[in-house]
Parts: sequence; C-alpha cells; structure tokens
Amino acid sequence: MDILTQQLFNGLTIGSVYSLVALGLTLVYGILHIPNFAHGALYMLGAYITLTMMLLWGVHYWIAMAVSVLVVGLLGVLMDRLVFHPLRNAPPIHDKIAAIGILLFLEAFAQLIWGADYRTMETPYGQVIDIFGMTATTQRVLINIGAIAVMILLYLFLKKTYIGSTIIAMAQNREGAHLVGINTNKVAMLTFMISGGLAAIAASLSAPINLVFPGMGHLVILKAFVIIILGGMGSVPGAILGGYILGFTESLGATYISNDYKDIIAFLLLVVILSIKPKGLFSREDF
Amino acid sequence: MGSLLKNRGWVIGALAVAILFPFVLPNAYFLHILTLAFIWMIAVYGLNLLAGYTGYLSLAHAGFFAIGAYALGLLTVKTEINYWLALVLACLITSAIGAVVGLVALRTREHFFAIYTLCVGYIIYLVIDKWDGLTGGVRGLIGIPVPSNIGPLSFETPLSQYYLVLFFLIFTVLVMYRIVHSLTGRTFIAIRNSEDLAQTIGISTMKNKLLVFVLSTFFAGLAGALYASFIRFIGPDIGYITIIFDLLTYLLVGGIGTLAGPIVGTFLIVAVSQSLQFLQDYRMLIFGPLLTLLIIFYPRGIVGAYYDWRMKHTAKKVKRTRKEQRYFESETVDAEKKVKEG
Amino acid sequence: MLIETKKLTKRFGGNVAVNEVDFTIEEGKINAIIGPNGAGKSTFFNLLSGSYTPSAGQVIYKGKDITKLSPDRIAKLGVARTFQTTNLFEQSTVLDNVIVGHRLRTKSNLWDAVLRTKRFAKEEKKCREKAMEVLDFVDLTHVMNQQAGSITQEEKKRVAFALALATDPEVVFLDEPTAGINPGETEGLADLMEKMVKRKITVCLIEHKMKMIMKLADKIMVLNYGEKIAEGTSEQIMNDPAVIEAYLGGDASA
Repeated sequence: MDILTQQLFNGLTIGSVYSLVALGLTLVYGILHIPNFAHGALYMLGAYITLTMMLLWGVHYWIAMAVSVLVVGLLGVLMDRLVFHPLRNAPPIHDKIAAIGILLFLEAFAQLIWGADYRTMETPYGQVIDIFGMTATTQRVLINIGAIAVMILLYLFLKKTYIGSTIIAMAQNREGAHLVGINTNKVAMLTFMISGGLAAIAASLSAPINLVFPGMGHLVILKAFVIIILGGMGSVPGAILGGYILGFTESLGATYISNDYKDIIAFLLLVVILSIKPKGLFSREDF
Repeated sequence: MGSLLKNRGWVIGALAVAILFPFVLPNAYFLHILTLAFIWMIAVYGLNLLAGYTGYLSLAHAGFFAIGAYALGLLTVKTEINYWLALVLACLITSAIGAVVGLVALRTREHFFAIYTLCVGYIIYLVIDKWDGLTGGVRGLIGIPVPSNIGPLSFETPLSQYYLVLFFLIFTVLVMYRIVHSLTGRTFIAIRNSEDLAQTIGISTMKNKLLVFVLSTFFAGLAGALYASFIRFIGPDIGYITIIFDLLTYLLVGGIGTLAGPIVGTFLIVAVSQSLQFLQDYRMLIFGPLLTLLIIFYPRGIVGAYYDWRMKHTAKKVKRTRKEQRYFESETVDAEKKVKEG
Repeated sequence: MLIETKKLTKRFGGNVAVNEVDFTIEEGKINAIIGPNGAGKSTFFNLLSGSYTPSAGQVIYKGKDITKLSPDRIAKLGVARTFQTTNLFEQSTVLDNVIVGHRLRTKSNLWDAVLRTKRFAKEEKKCREKAMEVLDFVDLTHVMNQQAGSITQEEKKRVAFALALATDPEVVFLDEPTAGINPGETEGLADLMEKMVKRKITVCLIEHKMKMIMKLADKIMVLNYGEKIAEGTSEQIMNDPAVIEAYLGGDASA
C-alpha cells in the first residue's frame, strides 16, 4: 500500500513535467502544424540556463528560472522567425528536417559550453517532509504545485484574455483567423514564446530531481510526442491529461513490471494507438 | 539522352577514382575511412528511396541499420553459420521486420509517420540495449568474423574489404538507378507528388509504399551487416537516433531525391569531418545549421542545385539559339525580298 | 446510362454533405453538376471516384456495384478524374509527368525494372507512346520537353487532362476544370471536352461558370445543401423555380 501511494505520487510528479513539455509542443502544433523536434533542446537549454545562473552568479532559484523562461522563450521566437516562418509553404518534410537541424545544433552548442558531463542542480527545497504518511522532498511537492499553477495561468490566459483567444482562434482555423484581422505572424511568435517558456519551467522544476546533460531532452521530447498524439495533436486539455496518464503508467509500470523497460511503455502505447487509429486519437475522421 | 551522356562522364570518373584510390594513395587510415563512408552511402541510398523518391521521412532507419548489424553479428558469433548465408539472412530479417513495421507505419502520414518511426527506432534501440541475454546489452558484441573466403578470394585484409564494400555500393547504385528510371520509380515519385492523385490514376499506394519501405530497410540492413563485419564490434549506440540524424545530413547535403546525392553528401561530410578532427564532438555545431539552411535555400542539396543550374543553362542556350534562328530566318526573308525586289 | 447513384449519402459527424442523391451519367455526353458553394459537389465527386466511402447508398458503374472499391481499383475499371489543383512534379518534364498515367495498364514490377526484362522495355515504350498520344490530343506537344514548373496555368490544366486520359478511361470526372483561367482559355478547354466526347469518352464536370455550362452540358444536375434540387437539360434547369430560388436566394416570383 505504501509503495502504491509513493508510486502514485511519483507518477503525479513525472506527469506534471510531461504535461508542461507536451503543452508547449501541442500549442505550436495547433497553430503552425509543425512537429517541433527541437522542443527537447529548448527543454535542455532551460535547465542549463537556470543552473548556470545559480552557479555562476549565485542567483536565487526562482529568479534564475524566470531568466531561463525569458531566454528560452526568445529563442523559440527566433526559431520561428529564422526557420519555420520562411518554410511555411514548403513541402511537409522540410520543416521536420529543419527542426532536427536546430536540435542537433543546440545540443552540440550545450556540449561546447557546458561539457558532456552529467550535472546536478542544488535546490533550496531539498528537505524531506512527511505528507499523509509518505515521505517526499519539498522539491517534488513544488513540481506538482508549480506545474498546476502554470497550467491554471495558461488556461486563464487562453480563455480570458483577448490575445490568448487569438491563439485559440488561429489553432482552429488559420485562414479564418487571418481574414478576421488577426496578425498570424505575431500569434505564431507569441506561441513559440509561450512554448519555449513552458519548456524552461518544466526543465527548471524537474532538474533538481534529475540530472542535467546535453541529451536530457531526447526521451522527454519523444514522450511528449506520444502524449500529444494520445491527447490529440493541438489539444490543450489532451496534453495535460495525456501527460498525467503517461506519468502514472510509467511509475506503476516501473514498480510492477520492469524498471529496465519502463521507457518503452510510452512508445509501445503510441505504436498501439497509431496501429489502430492512424490519424491519432480524437482525429476528426474523413476531413 | 544528352543528360545521360553528360552523367556518364561523372560515373566513369568516380568509379575509376574509387577503384584506383588504394594504389594511388596506399594509406591504411584513408582506406578505413572510405570503406566506412561506402557503408554509410548504402544506408543513405535506402533512406533516399523512401524519403527522397516517395516522400516518407523515416526516422527508424538507424534501428534497421542496427538490426542488420546485430543479425549478422549474432548469426556469425552465436550460431557460427557461413558468413555469406548470415549476410543474406541478416538482410532478409531486416526486411521482414521492415515489412511488419511498414504495414502499420504506412497507414499514417506526414508528422504521424515521422513520429511513429522515431518511436519505432527508439524501441529498437532500447530492446538492443536492455536485452542483455541476446545482444550483450551495453557491453556490445565482439568477435564478429570477417567475410569468409569465396574460392581463392579472401577478405582478411582491409584492402579486400574495401573492394568488397565498393562492390556492394556499386550494386546498390545500379539497383537504385534502374528502379528510379522505370515505371516502378515513376510510381513512387507519383506518390510523393500527391497520394490522392496517384490513387486516381490507378496506383495502389499502400502496396507501392510497402514495397519501398521494405526495399529501403533491406539496404539499411545490408549496410548494417557490412558494418558489423568490417568493424567487428558493435554496441547499441549504432541504433541510436543520432545515427539517423547523421544519415539525414549526408542525404540532405548531397541532395534528397537525386541519384548522386547520397554519394556526394556522404563523401563530402565524411571528408570535412576528418579534416576537422578537433570538431568531432561538436561537428553538429556546423552540420546542424547547415542542415537547416540547406532545407530553406537548397532543399535538393548540392546535386539538386547543380541540376537546376544546368537546366537554366540549357534553357538559356535554347532561347539563344531560337533567337538566332529567328534572326537568321528574318534575314533570309529580307534577303529574298531584296532579291525579288532587285 | 454509364454510372448510376442510388440514394448516395455522406455524413461527416453530424453534418450531411450529400443526402440521398439519385443521379445518372449518360454515356457519350457531357454531364455537369452545379450548385452554390458548399453544396456538396466536391464531396459527391469524391464519392464517385472512391476517395470517400459513402455512409449509405450505392454507386453502379456499367451494372457493377463499385461503392466499396478503392480509388485505384475504380481507376482501373475506366473512371478517371482531375483535381482542382494539379500537383505536378515541377522539376520534371511535362512528358515525364504524364508517362506514369498509363502505369495502371502495365504489369512490369520491381524485378522487371532491376533486371531490365523484355516486358520492361515493351511497357516503358507503351507508356511513353501513350503519353505522347494524349499530349498530342490536348495540344501540348510543343511543351512536352519543358519543365512542368515553367508552363502556364492553362497548360497545367491540360496536363491534368492528359494525365487522366492516359489511364484509358471511359469516363472522366473534371473538378472545376476552368477555375482560375481567363475566358478565352476557358473556351479552349470547353472545345477539348467536346473533343473528348467525340472520342467516345464520357465527361462529367463540376463547374461554376454558368454560361459555359449551359452551352456545353447535355445534362445538368443541381445540388443545394447536399440535396438534388433539379436535373435535366440546360433549358429545363434555367426555368426551374427551385434552381432560381437556390441561386437568387429569394422566391422565384420576385
């Protein structure tokens, strides 16, 4: 019983991180129909920037994270302007390859600056606490609270502000949005900004319980793709729900099936889904 | 026909260089690097047929390369069957797994296909990495034998291996040339242009896509098997996604959807990487942006850019000769008039 | 009657795009389908050519039920179609683009290609000759060896016709064949359609240009909100109150 609650809490924590990463991915997909393979590199950079700020200048954790969000967000905007915008009318294979090129560059860049070593991030919230008879570090609790807070903020932004509603409008119908006078370029940039920011938050929150290294984004981004296919490409609630489902499945799978193969669960899940529904779950059939 | 003759010069030249190279520059290190490059070229050709000619970007091909390598390695090390039989079996095993994956993967399109194959590639990598009992896991597989003798031919020396791999590369190029320049190849290209249109002119797209997919995994497997018996040691990282990115870079730089692209791109990148040895770990600092810039400005790579240049060149020539002709005709008419008037 | 639809219906989710349409396509004639935007014309075409599977109803072609057949099987039976936008391989020549159109009448496979068999040579030649023949038919011989990317919009439309004709069809469906080209060129394409009918190829088209249709078509069906509201000769259609109402959006007497 103890193990079960512990694993459920673990699943919640992992799921929170997955959801945040998947949210950024799904927003960009919804607006621009780009499967952004470079999103994992943004996640990785987010962790490194926070880490560097803390180590080099002794900046406080939260401030470091805020800087990271800003820098990675701007990097996302830069990617849109320099690469994806010029490719908007190219054949579908092109933007994927371009994204892969960015991914490779950013990883090599990180390796050049920070080296290939695995690093750990110290957190001011390392103490162990006791909730409902189970032990956890404050950091893990923080991940959950932080992620949920970010999701609520994002929801309010998308639903309650004008600028947020333009993102939704454009995700639903790009040409229509253009016709009613929405500046689609601006919305695209904004979306990349948010998407990069979300990746930076996810990475900065989870770095203290994981390790920081140039390839840290690989598995996360692959799983984020699984999640958004699970939850419907472009769907915001789908990304959140899918993230938590995968988080729980993995942490329970690791305990009760095999720790070695826990990373395969996500991919097997995807292979099964796409085998049955080639256009993903929740696809609007026939269109 | 003219372009064929023009290309023939290139083909004969490249072939002569490849055959004579070991005599002109008897350097063991270069020989090793070139042999490896030839192996990559075979894999890139497989990828090109699928991504370049049919329009399906598969990110699982590092996995199929690894399957070919491990199939050959395991067959020769654990069952000790004849090398050549093992080579044939390795290709067949890879194609068979390719057929199963293709049957499902090809029902998806575009992004879904790319993501699906990325995941399949990762599953293959993880299975190789974790299945200690069969593959040796992270320790890898050692002691893979060199190809066994065929009559008097022995493949003990690096030189003989070089020619063996070159033979398979030529075989690959020949097969690719014949496929691309045939109704079968035209069928693939029609699918790349528009699947809906292809269907309405009576092409069974699923059947043809599956054929391409299996073919391309066959060549990935062949390259993997050759790699295993050349390096004689393999680890799970040959199936990791970075390998597919390398292959893609070779293909994109050379020219996706062109016949010479895989050779040009692989050779160039391998040569540049060698002369920039100090960059080894950071080579993607250059190749990453290169990949991105190429796809924006020269989506068909070096070979494609060359074709475009030549096409423009001949178009200009045609225009010029036409103009000259017209000028000439009008002059003769004028002259005739004058003659009549005179 | 070459093709007959019986209560053909297509639903997308809760929307009915085509609702119980009975229609016949007369052999050796020019049949047209007209209707306001969003009337379900393209959907109807996609149902006939097999791109969509109907939710209900049947499509009968020469007495054979083809409702559930895939588009490539339907094409092999002699039904060809064009799309509103033509995707050509722009870096290739016009001729190269059309050669593949006759692929469905050939049998050579991968082995023939790799081993360069006799069948390969024979069929390559056959497809090339077919392509030349149809390009001649649509009057494009002069641009045959040009890059497909360099020809005009109207020439691209003709290439699309040629590609459809290369499949040796008995009936050709044309999806807005004259969209985006000028009146003079439209006339040229109309002549081409008449030429096709003379060659015993049945034509069925979707069109917006009313004047042209009224002159050209032997038989017209009008769709509105997915339902057939009229069917007949151009004269009957022009005097049909339901059609007038659909097009003018008011009652006929006004």
